[in-house]
Formats: sequence, structure tokens, C-alpha cells
Amino acid sequence: MNGNGKKLPGSLAKDARIASWVAIEADGTVTVRTGKVEIGQGIRTAVAMIAAEELDVAMARIRVVSGITGEVVDEGVTSGSGSMEQTGRALRQVTAEARAALMAKAAAHLGVDAATLEVEDGTVRSPATNSQVTYWELQGGQAFVGEATGAVAPKDPASYTLVGKRMVEIDAVAKVTGGAAFIHDLAMDGLVHGRVVRPPSQGAKLLSVDAAAARRLEGVIEVVESGSFLGIVATDEWQAIKARDALALSAQWEESARLPDEDNISAWLIDNESAAHPVIDGTPQDAPVSAIAVPEGAAKTLEASYTRPYHMHASLGPSAAVALFADGRLTVHSPSQGPYPLARALAGSLGLENDAITIIHVQGAGCYGHNGADDVSLDAALLAQAVPGRPVRLQWTRADEHLWEPYGPAMVVMTNASLDNDGKIIDWNLDLWSTTHQGRPRPTTATHSSLLADWYREPVRARPVAKPNFSNESGAHRNAWSTYDLPRQRVVSHFVAKTPLRTSSFRGLGNYANIFAIESFMDELAQAAGIDPLEFRLAHLGDERGRAVLNAAAEAIGWPPGGPGSGTGKGIAFNRYKNAKAYAAVAMEVEVNEENGEIIVKRAVVAGDAGQVVSADGLACQLEGGVIQAISWTLKERVRFGPQRVTSADWESYPILTFTEAPMVECILLNQPGLPYLGAGEGSQGPGGAALANAVFNATGVRLREIPFTPERVKRMMVAAGRGP
Amino acid sequence: MAETFNLRINGAARQVVGDPDMPLLYALRGPLGLLGAKYGCGSEQCGSCSVLLDGERAFSCKITLAQAAASDILTIEGIGTEGNLHPLQSAFMEEHAFQCGYCTPGLIVTAKALLDQNPDPDDAAIATALRDNLCRCGSHGRVIAAVKRAAKELAP
Ligand code: FES
Ligand code: FES
Repeated sequence: MNGNGKKLPGSLAKDARIASWVAIEADGTVTVRTGKVEIGQGIRTAVAMIAAEELDVAMARIRVVSGITGEVVDEGVTSGSGSMEQTGRALRQVTAEARAALMAKAAAHLGVDAATLEVEDGTVRSPATNSQVTYWELQGGQAFVGEATGAVAPKDPASYTLVGKRMVEIDAVAKVTGGAAFIHDLAMDGLVHGRVVRPPSQGAKLLSVDAAAARRLEGVIEVVESGSFLGIVATDEWQAIKARDALALSAQWEESARLPDEDNISAWLIDNESAAHPVIDGTPQDAPVSAIAVPEGAAKTLEASYTRPYHMHASLGPSAAVALFADGRLTVHSPSQGPYPLARALAGSLGLENDAITIIHVQGAGCYGHNGADDVSLDAALLAQAVPGRPVRLQWTRADEHLWEPYGPAMVVMTNASLDNDGKIIDWNLDLWSTTHQGRPRPTTATHSSLLADWYREPVRARPVAKPNFSNESGAHRNAWSTYDLPRQRVVSHFVAKTPLRTSSFRGLGNYANIFAIESFMDELAQAAGIDPLEFRLAHLGDERGRAVLNAAAEAIGWPPGGPGSGTGKGIAFNRYKNAKAYAAVAMEVEVNEENGEIIVKRAVVAGDAGQVVSADGLACQLEGGVIQAISWTLKERVRFGPQRVTSADWESYPILTFTEAPMVECILLNQPGLPYLGAGEGSQGPGGAALANAVFNATGVRLREIPFTPERVKRMMVAAGRGP
Repeated sequence: MAETFNLRINGAARQVVGDPDMPLLYALRGPLGLLGAKYGCGSEQCGSCSVLLDGERAFSCKITLAQAAASDILTIEGIGTEGNLHPLQSAFMEEHAFQCGYCTPGLIVTAKALLDQNPDPDDAAIATALRDNLCRCGSHGRVIAAVKRAAKELAP
């Protein structure tokens, strides 16, 4: 709310001052500030488009400042497909208000009525008096005064010239020419290079290490040894690598981790102590859980159990950060998704005041949730503290990232539903089991920290105790509540507090497993009812926008498919992300090799409705990339581990989809001019996984409920079903 | 022991002092200031560090200085520049063929080797040429479209 009692859109409610978001510079550029950061989702381009559109200036004039603490609004973490809804909506309003302020000034300057003015690329013209003035003359270098009120109406979408169009990404040139585009490429005077040596397994204690020998190596500036935390700083990168390897080789550890049996992780989740909470309309309740009861009039009751393994974000570029400790102040260039939360965590970890820390966001490789970005920032800060006055560039190795990033939790989802004689669902139950999805940085205390190095260095701090999440559409229960029109839903979240493997936020959180389960089960129910899976969905879905994406995807893939069992098949699935954000339907065509169990995805379609489209290509890339990533998760990926150690340390032990395996993805955007932007970055993975399972069923008659669908598993299932050789 | 190596990079003679067993990647990104080749895995599994050695794709995270000294080295920086983009580079921009873009230099370099040898590849040939390059963001289809667009552009 602002003073006038109007609700301001998105993050503008956090800070309504126009100057916090936009500035007209004297050099003819426009600075746009956002607390959200670029993680490969294209937000910098989208906000530039919004600002250019509302202000009527050319895109080339826009400079986007993102994610620098002290310079931008604290918009928390860039996650949950919230960028467009929070910063996008805020910027649309605030730039509209900035334009109105400029118009008022121009009208006074030119002595005409503001309503008679025209603007082209920042030049304001009065056709009546044939006079003009520019934004830069009116406001160049002076901060806007005052706050947004919500009283100014943004442009009518019908008059958009930029928003909704395809636009080349604003940082594209550096990316295609090999310029400095990433945190990894940051150059600075006096830059030195760091590496860390991580333990062989979680909780391992350092028994001994030959730090003296490492210190004698060429180029080594410092060896940092604190408790079981080990790092080195060297003059150049190759020296740092060699010193790290020598240090690692000499280190002796005592290991204590006890990991569950990877092949029985579902049983482990269900058998372990857990807290059950009923979920009502997307929100878990601290209330008793009712039992499943088959209702009267049930013609058929079906049950199924679906599982996903631990997955890793596996960003292509391992995490890196550059830290400088000088004059009691710490500056960290970091790819973190949450510059302000990271600063608060580092302050507690390092015993600094919040305002003694500046976090400057610099893009990392694509980020799909809570990866090593925050942890590498603390690592870099610790090394920088050991060499004050010198900026330390810390690069995690591939194995550091694979072994130590927080994983997406394994989950079990059990469904149970009853159909009446007409094939209508009359009862619906979903029970899910998961460890926490919340591990992001919180302020570090004397005893607890959410940052990796703090669990090993002196003074050793504990991992925060995982607690059940009662927020709406968050954590494991995201999208556990079905969007379909169901007469009764009983949804229960079983929270497992133990975290044998560290887990945190992974693209979509519970959405991927829940939608995989719901949308596979919808197909199973359709099959039991003898109704086409698309028809069956539509019969349970009144939401017009949901129906529209389903129909669009079905039409594009060529629906209906042939009957089950021909070796090739089609499947479809749908969700509305968080039951409140973008709508997405995915359809796929697959071919299953009955000899070896290999699944080939021949074609994929995604239809999305994200409200008013801003950056058409940016949105399409998110939806298409989400489908490809979901195919990769679903066909190939699981974090491997033994009784003590994680063994997925590289791309061979954690394979992802390759160019010869990825299908072409066709994307259909259903634009909704004037309707609010809806977050879409996590909209297509859930239906992506389910569409694949449904297509495989259509191809083979075999229902896959356990991710990943490796050839061995598929073959085993086919043999069990009496198919295949 | 560090030695001096005379390298030919992007058509120019460059001198680097370093261990003979130092991977080329660290010479490029360090003393040579060429940041296009990226570290992704350090073990020939991802293609982020791709360069061309005598026209053939090589993983600069594995090729040592000593090995590289014998060849003509082409990096992304030698393929085109901001004011003078190679058709592959403009095609990647046009097709929006990346999300984060970390894989992009390695893909363009690898695609360059393909187009030099096969000016008119079909989808399957492009995918096969790029099979040792990973993209985690899922831009695969657009990358293939970009390589095709560039091939058309380059056709006589
Ligand atoms: S860094 Fe060379 S192939 Fe991955
Ligand atoms: S675009 Fe991010 S890895 Fe390819």
C-alpha cells in the first residue's frame, strides 16, 4: 500500500521511490535498477524492454543495474519464477510514473498542455508549437523525486511497439564473441587465484595435511587451514590447481557419513520418521490427517506410487566468486540468486556488520535453483580474509560442484482416486514424502549456518535443522494440490526431517514430482475409464486458459495418437505452475526400442500462457529449455551414491541429455495482452516429465513410475509386461 | 619447469611462459587474456573449452601448451568480433540460441569446424558434430537452427 491506499504492483510495494528504480542520465542513457538477477532466464532483457516501452526510448539507451547490494531494492532471492511478477510489474508501473513526471516537466518547459505532447526516443515534441525538449535536458543526471502512487496508468498494450516482440538478449554480443560475460571472466588488478579442498564425504574430519609442503610450491601465496576447511591462494590459476591437488593428496580424513541405499530411497523416505500435514488449497495445515476412504458410488478405485531420485542442478560452469577484503570491508562478486540474503549470511559467518559487506551480482552459468553460488562466495571470502588487499578469484572444480551443491530432493508421491460410472473422478488422494526443499542462506548465528564452509571450519557451526514448510505452494507440496475440478481432494505432505544428502531448492521444487505423479495418474485414470487422456483432462478442467494450452499442444503434436503398443506413441500433460502462475501443456512423441529399452524423444511441443508476453524469445527459451531439462532429468539423471560417498562427480557419472538425444521443441505462446505477467521459468518441467511417461505408455503399454527411465529399467518393465525380447 | 612457448593464435604470434604440461585453457584465460574458452569440467566431457587446432576441434582443458605449440590455434575471439560478427555468431543471436550462454563459445567453435568441412549439414549431422558439447539450459533445438541459418548465410 502507498499513502493513497492503492496497492502498488510487484516489488514496488517494498520501495515506491521512483529513484530507486529508474534514472535519466546526463549522457542520454536510462538506468534501470532491479533487485532480481540474471540467471539465464533473460530478466535483464525483459526489464529493459518494459522500461523502453513505457518511457518511449530506444532499447539501446537502457542500462540495467541488477543485484548490487546498496544500489538496488532488496527483492530477496531470484527464484520461484518470480522475476517478472515482482520486478517486471514494479518496473512497468514505476517507469510509467517516471514518464508522467517527465511529461509534466516537458509541458511546463514548453508551455503547453501535457496531453498534446508526443515522445520519440526520449525527445518530447509539441506539434502545436513545433518545439521540443529531451528527457536528458529535463532530467539528465538528476534523481527523480517522489514516490510512485499507482495513479498513473501504464501504456495500453494495444499500442506496444516493443513488448511482446522478439528481442536479442542485451548481453548477447559478449556471449557470442567470447567477451567477459560471466563471473568466471572477471578481471581485476592484482587478482589472485584460489581453490578449496573439500572432504571426501559429508561430515568428514581432517586428520592431517601437509600444508607446509603446499606452501613451498611455486606461486603459492597462502594455505588456509581451519578445522576441516582447506584452501589455497596462488598467483596464477595453474599454480593454484597444482597446489590444490598436492594439498588434496596429502590430506587424511576420517569419514563418518552413513547414506541410505540409493536403490531403496523411496522406502527410506516412507519408513523414516516423518511429520504428516494435510494440504488445503496449496497450504499445509498443522492439523490431523484423515484416512483415505473409498466413497460411495465408486465404480473403480486406482492407486499408484511415483518416485523421483535426487537430482543436481549441474550448472555448466562450476560456481565461482571473486572476493576482496580491505579496510575491514568485504566485497564479493558473486553469482548468488540472493545478494541481500547472502550478505546477511556472510555477516554472521565472518563477524562483520551487514553494511561492511557489498555483494555485486555477476552472472554465473545457467542457474536452476540453489547451487554452489552462495557457498563459493563464503569460500572466496575466507580465502580473501587470509590475503587482505588482494582480490581472490575462487573457481570450484567440476567435482566440487557435482559433489557439494545442494540437490533436488528425492520424492515419493502416492495417489489414489475413484471414478464413477461415467468416468468422472469422485475422490482424489495424494500423499507425498520428501526431505526439505529449503536450504538457502539465512543469517548465520553463533551456532548455525546454511553455508557449506561453516560446517567444517572453526568454529564449526551446525546445519540449520530442517523444518516443515507451511507456506502456500512452496517446498515439497508445490503443485501437490491439483488444478483440476475435483469434488474432493485429500492431499498430505509427509515431511522427513533427516537429510542424509543435503537438499534445497531445485527448479520447480515439489512441482516436478507432484505433476509427474498427477499427470501420469490422470492418464492411468483415463485408461481405466476408457476415455482419451486429453478428453479426460478437459472433462475435469473448467479453467479456460488451462483448456486453451492443452488444446494448443494437442493440436500441434497431432492428437489423438494411435492405440497403445505400436512402439511409437504420444503423450500430453498440463499444469498451472504454483496454481497461480503460467499455464503450460507439453506434448511429446516418442519411440521406444523394444530390444534395448531406449527411449527416443522425437518431437516435443510446449504451449504456454504467461499472461502479457514481454520478451517473446526469452519466454519461449524458458519454456523450451524447461522441456529439454525435464527430458534430461526424467530419462537420464540421478545422483549416485554409495554407503558413504556421493559418486556422481563428473558428467560421466551424472550424464545429461546430449545434442543427439534432444528433440526439437516447438513452442506456442498464447499471448494475453494487458493481463498480468505470470512466472514461467519453472512452468514446463512438471508436464515435461509426465508427457514423456504418458507417451511411453502410449508407445508400449508400459507405465513408468520411477524416474529416471533408463534403458535397463524400461527393458525390465517391458519384460515384466510380457513385451520385448 | 616453466618454458617459453611460441604459439600461433588467431593468426598472430603469441608467446607464453608456462609449464609444458599446463593445459592451453589456462594460458588462454590467464596471460593471453582470451576469455571465450570456458572451464566446464577440465576432463574433455563438456566442450565449453573448445578451440580449433589446425581446424579440428580440441578441448583446451586437456591439450597441453607443448602440444598446442605445434598447431594453428583458433579461438572464439578469432572467429568474429563485436564489429565484425561471423555468421555463426549473428545466427546464435538471431535464433536466441542460448539462455545463459556459457556453452555458446564452445558450440560456435565446434560448429565452425563442422561448417568448414561440411557447408550444408542436416540436423542430424549438426547434432552429431555437437554431441560432445553440453548445454544445461536446454537450447539444443535453437542451436541447431542457428547453425543451419549460418550455413545458409555462408553458402556461396
Ligand atoms: S572444460 Fe574442457 S571439455 Fe569441459
Ligand atoms: S545456454 Fe546455458 S548451458 Fe547452454
